[in-house]
Amino acid sequence: MDRQSFVMTVPAGGTRRLEWGQAMLMVGLLLLLTLFILYPLLRVLFVAVSDGQGLTLRHLLNFFDRPLFREALVNSLGAGGLAVAFGSLLGVPLAYFSVRYQFRGKLLLQTLGVLPLVIPPFVGAVALQLILGRSGMVNLLLLRWFGASVPFMEGLTGVILVQTLHYFPFIMLNTAVSLANVDPSLEEMAQNLGSHGWRLFRRVTLPLMLPGYVAGCLLTFIRVIDDLGTPLMLNYTKLLAPQAYLRITTIGIDDVDGYVVCVILVVLSLVSLWAARKYLGLSEYATVQRGTTGAEIGRPIRGMKLAVVLLISAGMLGVSLLPHLGILVLSLSRIWSFSLLPTVYTLGNYEEILFRTPHFVKNTLLYALLAAGVDIVLGAVIAWLLLRGRVFGRNLLDAIATMPLAIPGVVLAVGYLRVFHGWDVPGLGGPLTGSWVILVIAYSMRRLPYTVRACYAALQQIHVSLEEAAQNLGANQVRTFWKVTFPLMLGGLVAGGLISFMTSAVELSSTIMLVPKIELGPIAYGIYVYMQSAIGRGPGAALGVVAILLVGLCTYLTNRIFAGRSGSAFRV
Amino acid sequence: MSSKASEVRLEGVGKRFGETWAVRGVSLHVRAGEFYTFLGPSGCGKTTLLRMIAGFAAPDEGGVWLDDTMVNALPPWKRDVGMVFQSYAIWPHMTVFENVAFGLRERRVSRADIERQVGEALRMVNLEGMQGRRPSQLSGGQQQRVALARTLVVQPRVLLLDEPLSNLDARLRAQMRIELLKLQRDLGITTIYVTHDQEEALALSTRIAVMSAGAVIQEGTPREIYEAPRERFVAEFVGASNLLRGEVRQATRDTLTVATDLGVEVRAACPSVHAPSPGRILLTIRPEAMDLLPPGEPADHRNRLEGKVVASAFQGAAIQYEVEVGDTLLRASVTNPKGKRLFQRGDLVAVVFGPEDVGIVPEEPRAESREPSVVRSGQD
Ligand SMILES: Nc1ncnc2c1ncn2[C@@H]1O[C@H](COP(=O)(O)OP(=O)(O)O)[C@@H](O)[C@H]1O
Ligand SMILES: [Mg+2]
Repeated sequence: MDRQSFVMTVPAGGTRRLEWGQAMLMVGLLLLLTLFILYPLLRVLFVAVSDGQGLTLRHLLNFFDRPLFREALVNSLGAGGLAVAFGSLLGVPLAYFSVRYQFRGKLLLQTLGVLPLVIPPFVGAVALQLILGRSGMVNLLLLRWFGASVPFMEGLTGVILVQTLHYFPFIMLNTAVSLANVDPSLEEMAQNLGSHGWRLFRRVTLPLMLPGYVAGCLLTFIRVIDDLGTPLMLNYTKLLAPQAYLRITTIGIDDVDGYVVCVILVVLSLVSLWAARKYLGLSEYATVQRGTTGAEIGRPIRGMKLAVVLLISAGMLGVSLLPHLGILVLSLSRIWSFSLLPTVYTLGNYEEILFRTPHFVKNTLLYALLAAGVDIVLGAVIAWLLLRGRVFGRNLLDAIATMPLAIPGVVLAVGYLRVFHGWDVPGLGGPLTGSWVILVIAYSMRRLPYTVRACYAALQQIHVSLEEAAQNLGANQVRTFWKVTFPLMLGGLVAGGLISFMTSAVELSSTIMLVPKIELGPIAYGIYVYMQSAIGRGPGAALGVVAILLVGLCTYLTNRIFAGRSGSAFRV
Repeated sequence: MSSKASEVRLEGVGKRFGETWAVRGVSLHVRAGEFYTFLGPSGCGKTTLLRMIAGFAAPDEGGVWLDDTMVNALPPWKRDVGMVFQSYAIWPHMTVFENVAFGLRERRVSRADIERQVGEALRMVNLEGMQGRRPSQLSGGQQQRVALARTLVVQPRVLLLDEPLSNLDARLRAQMRIELLKLQRDLGITTIYVTHDQEEALALSTRIAVMSAGAVIQEGTPREIYEAPRERFVAEFVGASNLLRGEVRQATRDTLTVATDLGVEVRAACPSVHAPSPGRILLTIRPEAMDLLPPGEPADHRNRLEGKVVASAFQGAAIQYEVEVGDTLLRASVTNPKGKRLFQRGDLVAVVFGPEDVGIVPEEPRAESREPSVVRSGQD
């Protein structure tokens, strides 16, 4: 008897029934994802390319004739490009230091390096305005000492500044991982053949760490273009995302131009995603380390070099942590305007958000938890079907489930408004867009790619023979899943859920368009509303602190689960 | 090329990781053109030693000399010491050609010369026509050849090979072993080879340094190492000797008579240099030096131990026996068994071996090898 015949214990009838089950599951999932991801996107596209009579490219071409739109496009591309460029200047050296050098304070560098991601960018925008804004701390000092001020936070500059400080850890983390994966013997070999210093870096190290770096840049670029909260907070609207938002919210849901801007946004995301994938596919060289190489991890540094490294790291991290400090101080202040620091301190802001308007925090927990739950279930099932399933449609499922990576929040929200508006759902007593459920759906769909990925990775590590062994001992497929597969992939599930939870908790791009009424809004919305008025800034900041704590806690837990692989939650 | 071959000298070299010494007190002298092998079990410090010669690690003690220069402070890129890594370290982002051309480019060789020399180097390792391939399109054996060509093309003063054959399958390993031998003898390049495989070491080397726990235990030609192990460790690690405990009864000019703990006297013919002072010692006997006879048959002048066969395994070229003598298991390998009598499990037999096949090592490691920081150079 060959090995195969030992393993095939499921009788033929059982197998066939199972594949029927899988097929039903597959159809159900495809329908669900099509309804909430593909269809809204196609509707947006359809509106943009049609008029009363039929299909037309007129609207799309019109887009390029409008100076405002052209400017917004250029600005968005510029903001993305510059945030990537400045983010690289911050992130690449820090990644190199933290992987290649051994010094005291390295752990601190790695930990603090993740913190900018903990503060939602639009919250960071508010904080930075207090510190670097026209009448912020720094400019007040500059005025006092030199009689001049620097417009750090004006217009596009401010947007780019905030986004650089927020997103550079993406570049740093991905680069660091790539760099750490480079087999040291590859560099030593180059030294052995006479190469060193800058030439060694350029010819060997740099090409080998490029995949991670490119992934980090891609992530940054897409997020920056997609970011609606920061420009709105800084009151700068000549960018694509705010244009789409303003069109739809001020002119109306039937304004074609809003849809056209949405299509442009999606195209930009798709093109950069495609380009990066293509590049990464070309240069996909897994560097597997065989045997011990004997190379020491991280070179100890001393003297001048250490001083320089510490100085650069401290400077960069200091700047990137300014928003955290600013928001904390603001949340504790009653009056803070035209002065270096608040003049009156209070705990009243926390009282306000915890007792007078507790619904923001409560809603956030509810929505984000539900979204995370939905994502965990969908993620686990999809990952299982992709890896273990034996039915048609797996490529399609994978494609649709990955799609949200390239769909900006604004676009998804516009699609939802278009599709579900005026479509009464029994049991909700109105259309889906009139209920908070739409928020949960939007969150879970937007974060689905991350949970699918986490579950996929977890499931991939489980060798199929572990499951076969259980079946060999008489467990059917469902029992096998619950008794063997599920416990083994639990880590991945929880991690995926945490990522979903924390990113949903501070999501603003689609929230701001989909919140039916103020009492149904989550924290992100609350901050946005509070920050519209001068007296709301304190409570808004207090909500910001709550958001930071939530995200920080989840980041910490995720890293614990990923056993200290710092920042795993933020890698592509 | 051979004119460029260099000598390598280590003097009291030691390297520490944290509190523990990975290597300590190693002194040896590799002569120009030699094929010198570090042989020892995994973790005994072979790679560490090689890395110090290549310059990737600085000794914490002692000095590394290339010809007449002390190179402790010389960075790797200035040493001109070619190394082939155990993992091959083929750059995945470069083609085969670019990999091999790397060192020449660093040396600012002209484009035409690079073209020619890379071609020659690839021909030397039988990889013509592979220039344009990506490393991911190469088999393990081919990657190994690229690594070799890449190092040899720059004509280094010394060639360092870290377990170069360990990632290959058995057949390829045997083939590469021969090719490597021919290549080295043709080029006449000073070569230091690291392996844990005694067969490889014996087949390739002009001299071998057997290492254990960060120290060199014995240095010598393959024959010396195999035939006259001076330490228990060497006897066991190289060739898996049988060991018998005993006490020296009588020592004449060329023969020792030893009362073994089995209660039988064994005679050992050993050169007087190795004769230890009377006392407790270990006798070493190679399995293939032993013969098996039916119990009654005379053994002439040879030593004779009576025992019982507990296992036998026919292997074609030899039959492996395990024979229980008293409370000791002896391994005997009867070579070229065609026509000889086959013993079965349970048979009573006499294990016989000549006095010239008996080696003697101290029961405890020699004093000097217990304290590895003592310099042991230029033995024999
Ligand atoms: N970079 C390192 N850090 C700490 N210990 C090391 C390092 N490299 C080697 N060692 C230790 O030094 C000893 C010798 O290692 P190595 O030279 O690689 O042995 P071998 O090559 O003989 O297998 C081992 O105990 C190993 O664990
Ligand atoms: Mg080794």
